[in-house]
Amino acid sequence: MNFVEMRDISKYYGNVAANSHVNFSVQKGEIHSLLGENGAGKTTLMKILYGMTQPDSGTISVGGKKVRIRNPKDAINLGIGMVHQHFMLAAPLTVAENIVLGYEPKKGMFFDFEGAVKEIEALSEQYGLKIDPRAKIQDIPVGQKQRVEIIKALYRKSDLIILDEPTAVLTALEVQELFGVLKGLKEAGKTIIIITHKLKEIMQVSDRVTILRSGEFVCTKNTADTNPNELAELMVGRKVHAMEESFGGDVDESAPVFLEVKDAVYKEHKVKKLNGLSLKVRSGEILGICGVEGNGQTQLIETVTGIIKLRHGKVLVRGEEVKDPTPLRMLNLGVAHIPEDRASRGLIKDFPIRENTILGYHRRRQFSRRGVLNIREMNRYAQEMVENFGIKVGSIYDPVSSLSGGNQQKVVIGRALSQNPDIIIAAQPTRGVDIGAIEYIHEKLIEMKKQGKAILLISAEIDELMALSDNIAVIFGGQIVAQGKASEFDERRLGMLMTGYGKEEKEHGSH
Amino acid sequence: MTEFLAGLGTLLSGAIRIAIPICFGALACTICERGGIVNIGVEGMMLAGSFGGVLGSYLTGSAWVGLLFAILAGVLFAAIHAVLTIKYKTGHIISGLGINLLASGLTTVLLVSLWDNRGKSDAVASLGTINIPVLKDIPVLGDILSGHSPLFYILIVIGVVMWIVLYKTVFGLRVRVVGENPQTADSVGINVTAIQYICVLACGAIAGLGGAYLSIGDIGLFSRDMVAGRGYIAMAVTIFGGWNPIGAFGGSLLFGVAQSIQFRLQEVAPVQIIQMLPYILTILVLILVKNRPKGPAAAGKSFDREAG
Amino acid sequence: MEAIKKCGVYLRQKIKQLFTSKSFIVSAISLLLALIVSGIILAFSGYNPFTAYVNMFGGAFGDMSRVADTLGIATPLILCGTAVAIAMRGGAINIGAEGQLYVGAMAAALTGIFCQGLPAILHIPLCILAAAVAGGLWAGLAGYLKIKLKVNEVVLTIMLNYIAIYLTDYIVTYGVKAEGMVVKTPNVAESAILPALYPHSRLTIGFILAVIIVFVVRWMMKKTVFGLELQAIGNNLAAAETGGVNIGKQFLVTMFISGALAGLAGAVEVMGVHKYFIKGFSPGYGYDGLSIAVLGQNSPVGVLVSAILYGALRSGAQVMDRMTKIPSDFVGLMQALIIIFVATPGIIMAMRNFARRGKKNHD
Repeated sequence: MNFVEMRDISKYYGNVAANSHVNFSVQKGEIHSLLGENGAGKTTLMKILYGMTQPDSGTISVGGKKVRIRNPKDAINLGIGMVHQHFMLAAPLTVAENIVLGYEPKKGMFFDFEGAVKEIEALSEQYGLKIDPRAKIQDIPVGQKQRVEIIKALYRKSDLIILDEPTAVLTALEVQELFGVLKGLKEAGKTIIIITHKLKEIMQVSDRVTILRSGEFVCTKNTADTNPNELAELMVGRKVHAMEESFGGDVDESAPVFLEVKDAVYKEHKVKKLNGLSLKVRSGEILGICGVEGNGQTQLIETVTGIIKLRHGKVLVRGEEVKDPTPLRMLNLGVAHIPEDRASRGLIKDFPIRENTILGYHRRRQFSRRGVLNIREMNRYAQEMVENFGIKVGSIYDPVSSLSGGNQQKVVIGRALSQNPDIIIAAQPTRGVDIGAIEYIHEKLIEMKKQGKAILLISAEIDELMALSDNIAVIFGGQIVAQGKASEFDERRLGMLMTGYGKEEKEHGSH
Repeated sequence: MTEFLAGLGTLLSGAIRIAIPICFGALACTICERGGIVNIGVEGMMLAGSFGGVLGSYLTGSAWVGLLFAILAGVLFAAIHAVLTIKYKTGHIISGLGINLLASGLTTVLLVSLWDNRGKSDAVASLGTINIPVLKDIPVLGDILSGHSPLFYILIVIGVVMWIVLYKTVFGLRVRVVGENPQTADSVGINVTAIQYICVLACGAIAGLGGAYLSIGDIGLFSRDMVAGRGYIAMAVTIFGGWNPIGAFGGSLLFGVAQSIQFRLQEVAPVQIIQMLPYILTILVLILVKNRPKGPAAAGKSFDREAG
Repeated sequence: MEAIKKCGVYLRQKIKQLFTSKSFIVSAISLLLALIVSGIILAFSGYNPFTAYVNMFGGAFGDMSRVADTLGIATPLILCGTAVAIAMRGGAINIGAEGQLYVGAMAAALTGIFCQGLPAILHIPLCILAAAVAGGLWAGLAGYLKIKLKVNEVVLTIMLNYIAIYLTDYIVTYGVKAEGMVVKTPNVAESAILPALYPHSRLTIGFILAVIIVFVVRWMMKKTVFGLELQAIGNNLAAAETGGVNIGKQFLVTMFISGALAGLAGAVEVMGVHKYFIKGFSPGYGYDGLSIAVLGQNSPVGVLVSAILYGALRSGAQVMDRMTKIPSDFVGLMQALIIIFVATPGIIMAMRNFARRGKKNHD
């Protein structure tokens, strides 16, 4: 029997269809994956099911009955729970408070904190989810936060739990643990929906999979009847090659080292985010940094772009130490920066495209003299970049926020690559853009490498790293724990290394 | 020794008198910002309360009815702030400034319209003071705690109740979550908007009482712009008090002590320097007190479900 | 001839653009709504709103001397409004314009009194410079505390307003008080007085200075690296940082310039209107600056237009105050309504939708 049935669902944001006549159904007691690229409409569909947004048309039935889900409360009452990609937790409050929120136990007039703790302890025992109900959310690691979210759904007696990209922030070990939990929940009769774009996870954990592509329903398949290649093609809509080819190769060891980080140490809130990290990138090399999010990647990026100042260690550009690095100094030394989050660091969304194409380089003589901007040159330059990088714009005077995600990213990339940098810090260069743009961006990076630039590539996509990098360095706990030619690694080994298993090996080796 | 104690008693008693309206303002700000709405309009809400108090007392001859009017006036202005910031998502600071200007303009226009006087209203019945039977006979302590306006005792009740509500009840838990992360609250089916309206309206009522203390608490008349910046000081006290009702008491008392020492110093130092002291003190406190608790993370941002 | 024609066409285009732009329409409708609502409030308070408005309009524009007064009052408002608008564009909420204005006024007065014997051509710029520096430093202090010690700038600038007002009061009372009961300084030297543009009015060359500053600021915002960086910070601090902008320095400079303009507002009052510093001379120009910046939507030209409008309200209110029983504070009420409506386009949208629906039902 179908537990949930969504029929002919459409949702428009302005003129863009996030969902267009989507059909989706889940059977009771199954683990069902919802697969699609970024922007395929997976999250929107699930937000509709959870009542966080309203569809423009279509119907939803739960347990065979037609329902209207106007808000999350309706969804919860229907037995639907959701674990959001960005956890919905209040940091200064305790685990128990967060879990019972909205359905708090009472003792007379008052909130029964002890009662809540007891109930949570019971739940955590029943499902084997260990947690300290009295800890504050701000003090527990990411994996536990997710556990809190799952217990939260169980506490609300959810029969159906939706998880949005649950593995994005987890280490390989935590992922296995999560899958164990999910299978246990399935055995206990719960229904699970996982939103994901990771094919291997689908094959490993789910019973069925539904594929969405640019807002439209493609098909639903039994996992047993399909394979990763077929899923990838269905997801993208054509044969995919890019990721399987490898563009990496041997690096000329005599080429000059353009960028070097030596013994970098950086502390944040008393935690060593960089702990003696060292690396070198040569001219004509793409060095890929591989690691689980939160192991010092952000701090590494911010170090080599001058945003943060190291406690110990140094940054060398073309062999010379950079004294007192600042973003401006690094830019002027020819270190271009493609920030990992274009919305928060990359672009100024209310500024015109034109201003965004020169931001960071606006002090150069090409664009300004004695503090006065050369508007004519800015116009020409922006127009040229729009043409060179195939950015689809109405006019260069429109705010950059009017562009699609892929075109916004092209502005960021175009800006970084157009001022003839020696060194390119490319952080998540293809995050949140469509396949077409991904291929284009990859081509551009390879072209830059061939021109002799040194590229530091930081990416959460192992496929991307394997495809582009000549060498790969694995980052764990603020250190490089392994480094070598890209061809020497496979995914299994990388997976071990990035979760800290290789570290002991290395230490043994050095003894 | 006894002389010193008596002096201390008078000083503290004076400090409390100064602290009362500021503490009302700070409690008002506290509940409002806990719900995620920044309120620089507390100044205007207090002013509305001052005027409402006198108006009620003038119309009925009863200061207690005046108190009711004060609450209503504060709530009315709070309602405007609430609708603007919650429904229409106006910038909180701008809306607050609007409230302040509105209250200042409206009360003056009404002042002239009702009493044909630009400076102050006619004298009306005031609440007077209460002497607490046993307490008043205890030396020093009696001087400090007895003989205040009934609003002092109301203030203490409000503060304690607010603390219990915020930290010991389900509603308070929800308020804290709304101010911290409204998306979280929304995602578990809590009505964010309703909670925010309740917080802002409660803020208006409390601010109205604080305003009433200034007008009918003692002297029994309204004078133009009589809140004179206490609302702004209350905002600072709120920050200093860590958005906690108990902290609000501490902060406003500290301010009251500084101010009442100032009155004594007036014989030795120029009055203007002395008048500056509380404001300098406020800045210094904000600078020096390290590890201040952080405020509600989402205060000042209007909640929009679709955007989250 | 050809050039003049071209100029005319260009101007017409610009004016058309201005009047059809969305922000202008929102401001204009807000203004209208504010007039209606405050009229209703007046009626309920027992006054005749039409007499009030007629008196106000006459007071603001009745004859040349009234127009001159309107522009004269607008002068400090233009400067304060621009001061607040610059800060807002740069991501700072400067509620401290009032205090910066007092400090600037005092600096201008002291320079005007004590630097005797200079020719006006030197003395006037010197006083203006002193006022700008004083106001700038006062605001810079707030900026510094905000950046280095993360003190909330809203509370900070409000506190600094009180401190500035008492501090200048202290300086007058104990330092440079003129004979008599009034707490004011002696007159500034003849050479420090701003020439009047219309006899016996508040209108001085200060107005021209203010208008020039508006256009300089506009140019700066649109055409300079400084303006680009300032607005980059205001819009997205992290992206500005990534783009090589020195956040701390730029923020301080923004606050300094904002304060300098507010200080100038103080100078034109002292050197043009009063000829001396007098305790409590500002009826809240600094706070008006905030609502003017909101009404002008932080654009320099918008601020210019709004400030003249506010000047008209204030000078009209003085006449209304004399001719009717309505106190001039009524203007505060109108201003409040104006900024509430401008800052809340949602209200106007809701009304438009309501009107449309009504129309549809009618059909």
